[in-house]
Amino acid sequence: MLPDHLLKEAKELVKRYKMNIKQEKEFMKRLEDVYIGSKIDPGEAIGVITAESFGEPSTQMVLDTFHFAGVAEMSVTTGLSRLIEVLDARKTPSTPRMDLYLKPKYSKNVETVKKIAENIKETKMQDILKEITINIAKLQIEAEFDKRTMKDYGLKEKDLLDILKHSLKNVNMKETKEGFNCKSKEEITLSEIYRLKEKIKRIKISGLKGITRVLPVKNDEDEYIIYCAGSNLKDALQLEEIDHERTTSNNIYEISEVLGIEAARNAIIVEIQKVLDGQGLSIDIRHIMLLADIMTRNGEIKGVTRTGIAGEKESVLARAAFETPIKHILNASLIGEVDELNSVIENVILNQPIPLGTGLPQLIMRNLTEDKDEFN
Amino acid sequence: MVDIFLNEKYIGEVDNGDTFINKIKEERRKSILPNELNYYYEEKYNSIYLNTSKGRARRPLIIVKNGASLFKKEHIDAIDKGLLKWKDLLKEGIIEYVDAAEEENCYIALDENNLNKDHTHIEISPVAILGLCTSLVPYSNYGGSSRLIRGTKILKQSLGLYSSNFLLRMDTDVNILHYPQIPLTKTFMHDIFNYDKHPSGQNVVIAIMSYEGYNMSDAIIVNKGSVDRGFGRSTFFKPFSSEEKRYQGGLMDEFTIPDKEVKGYRAEKDYKFLEDDGVIYEGAKIKADDVLVGKVSPPRFLGEFEEFSIAANVKRESSVALKHGEKGVVDSVLLTENEEGNRLVQVRLREQRIPEVGDKFASRHGQKGVISYIVKTEDMPFTVSGIVPDILFSPFGIPSRMTISHLIEIIAGKVSALSGEFVDGTAFDVTPESDLKENLLKMGFKDDGTELMYNGITGKVYPARIYIGNIYYLKLKHMVANKLHARASGKIQLLTRQPIEGRLQGGGLRIGEMEKDCFVAHGAAMVLKERFDSDKTVIYVCEECGMWAVYDNYKDKESCPKCGSKVKISSIEVSYAFKLLIDELKALCVYPKIILGGKF
Ligand SMILES: [Zn+2]
Repeated sequence: MLPDHLLKEAKELVKRYKMNIKQEKEFMKRLEDVYIGSKIDPGEAIGVITAESFGEPSTQMVLDTFHFAGVAEMSVTTGLSRLIEVLDARKTPSTPRMDLYLKPKYSKNVETVKKIAENIKETKMQDILKEITINIAKLQIEAEFDKRTMKDYGLKEKDLLDILKHSLKNVNMKETKEGFNCKSKEEITLSEIYRLKEKIKRIKISGLKGITRVLPVKNDEDEYIIYCAGSNLKDALQLEEIDHERTTSNNIYEISEVLGIEAARNAIIVEIQKVLDGQGLSIDIRHIMLLADIMTRNGEIKGVTRTGIAGEKESVLARAAFETPIKHILNASLIGEVDELNSVIENVILNQPIPLGTGLPQLIMRNLTEDKDEFN
Repeated sequence: MVDIFLNEKYIGEVDNGDTFINKIKEERRKSILPNELNYYYEEKYNSIYLNTSKGRARRPLIIVKNGASLFKKEHIDAIDKGLLKWKDLLKEGIIEYVDAAEEENCYIALDENNLNKDHTHIEISPVAILGLCTSLVPYSNYGGSSRLIRGTKILKQSLGLYSSNFLLRMDTDVNILHYPQIPLTKTFMHDIFNYDKHPSGQNVVIAIMSYEGYNMSDAIIVNKGSVDRGFGRSTFFKPFSSEEKRYQGGLMDEFTIPDKEVKGYRAEKDYKFLEDDGVIYEGAKIKADDVLVGKVSPPRFLGEFEEFSIAANVKRESSVALKHGEKGVVDSVLLTENEEGNRLVQVRLREQRIPEVGDKFASRHGQKGVISYIVKTEDMPFTVSGIVPDILFSPFGIPSRMTISHLIEIIAGKVSALSGEFVDGTAFDVTPESDLKENLLKMGFKDDGTELMYNGITGKVYPARIYIGNIYYLKLKHMVANKLHARASGKIQLLTRQPIEGRLQGGGLRIGEMEKDCFVAHGAAMVLKERFDSDKTVIYVCEECGMWAVYDNYKDKESCPKCGSKVKISSIEVSYAFKLLIDELKALCVYPKIILGGKF
């Protein structure tokens, strides 16, 4: 009756509390009762109950973004919009974020942590330019390097110009005393030169790709954690200083790619619970686990959408009732699909008892006319 | 370097954003630049947005320079003498219009007391931050903003005297309150826009207490005596119209009492109120199905062969009649012509609406509720001086919503009613609560607004003192008479055989997607099936080809149109909608074969 691991644990308890046979019998009986009582009844509509358990609290959710004190651009989407993001399994979150934990020998000193953070942050051209302007008369862009920041980052003018030449096409670069001039080879309009200026500003120089902002924060255990806006788990885990066991991202797809589907399943659970905690709401963990299981059961993440798990239903009628009915029915007719009417929606369409709850148990009766003799 | 954008387009850059902005401001105030120009300096991204486009909400503010308002006493005097106009103030650079984006760069003082050197603007009046409807709420600076917004929305739904020539008008769905009053607690806005000419509520005596458990949640208890005396009584007007249309070939409609031969003739008694010209008389008391305007139209489509057929040449009935659930008295009948010169009849129906259980009422502070019980006057609680409240309001509506303005209006109304003077409740400039309390004490009442009250049923004194006073109450346009609806069986749709929609047609109440989920979650399979039984049908299926078979009632024999009568044919009970779905799939050239089988 009881699963093995529970039985093993129970036997240990019997031994530890030195129960006699009568006590042990009573204990096992009660344990069995509790075990059976906590099991879900056959025919319980767990899917619908999970859906309703998510739907009701989400109506109370407040749409808001969480801001880190003092850092205006580092915010995290929370609330309903984040929940929808997780459930729809969007490829990239609207505010990707990574929490970098460091190995103990690096995590105590502020200066080392700051230095690590600095190296992780993606440095762009605009960070080391003192000024970048458009010379309207000459239709060229004139930029001036910030020599001090360049020194901080340990960069040389020559390297920077190489990077620029490498990433821009169709332009003439000219080194000047303060910085460089940049002119297009073709004739361009004012708005195009403005776009070119913006492009130059965004050219990457160093750091991990996608990490736009870093914020070292001290936690309760006197240890520094680096919060990163932007996520790049693959590259971050290869760094020497990083504690790869605790470092996480809020990008579920990235976790699935780097750490595997089981990790992604856990990430879904954690992310959903983060949203709920932030809103002061609670949903039973088993609902969340069921959802995470369904979303990851094929080894790849599927959202609760038409193209995701809703498109995987077995019944043609159920799929057709959800979205794009003609497409589903025509495809089904091409391959001669048979709908066994085993689920809820098909039976509602046909107005038959649904195979759930009171509709699940069936009564088999012997035909009395056939066995007349036996009864007489 | 700061980038400049004009109407979202990049136009150039300047060295110093601040001097540029200051220059723009100066020139706008001197009317060198148009006053429609607004700017927004985003220092974080080093850009300035100039805007001259349409569709921006802008509001006027007085300009402040070096900590002093530019609008001085001499201006007020000049305005009083009629020498200075609003236009001049704008031209002289005393007042300027600011849009939502520019407000981000402004530092606006609420009033002169709070003015300091950093301020750039000052409000013309603190109430100017409120809209028209919002400023009708008294003591509104004492409540939360969300409640104020709700109160404003409610004001828009209240019944009153929307126009004094309403008897001459044919507006759709109009409600007129019979005895509208000016509120005892006024704001400046009531005087400014002649609220006394078109008030929309009534002053009532309210006691905050529960009554026999009938006013739980937001429900209110109403005194039957007050209802009899005309509290919340209103009239509902509904116009109907019909015209004599002209058709091709000189044919036209005709107002008349239709002949019995006419296609679509109703029952004879439905026409009983019509006079000889086919139009109803004023003062007729009518109910559902009664005809207001009798009309016959020429036959609709005349095909080539039908032209000589007698049956097709019969005229059609096209009268205007009352629908299911409508009733009332014919208020006025208007015979006129429309733009095309066709004869037009307009009939206005009048119905008196006496407050009943389910009608919605509200105070001006977002405290809305429906009548749950109308109590006989003798059973209502009464005070020592014999005052019987008109409305009993549940105390549980106050703490969670924190509508302090609601409570203060009750005291203010009490003071006003006792002293005979209106109380001013204009936001930020109210008659102080302490003054109200002082006045109450002077007139011999407790200053906290409570009074000793007696139970109307037992005659015993209530152990607690009851908060009682006068408040302005609004009757809202949502009345049960317009919404009450139930159905057992009735009309069904031709195509799907499911009940039709709509209250006026006597339609069904829909068990929707979410209601279905509720049954599923409870595992109530049989309830679910029964709820969807409205279109169930028994239908025969050929087990050979899996298509619909036919049952011949005359021969008592089933047969398949394709496989004949020798195959096995069984009957199944399904929803008609499913039968329709299968037929529509066949029209799509999909072969939906039905495979029958025992369940075991
Ligand atoms: Zn057949």
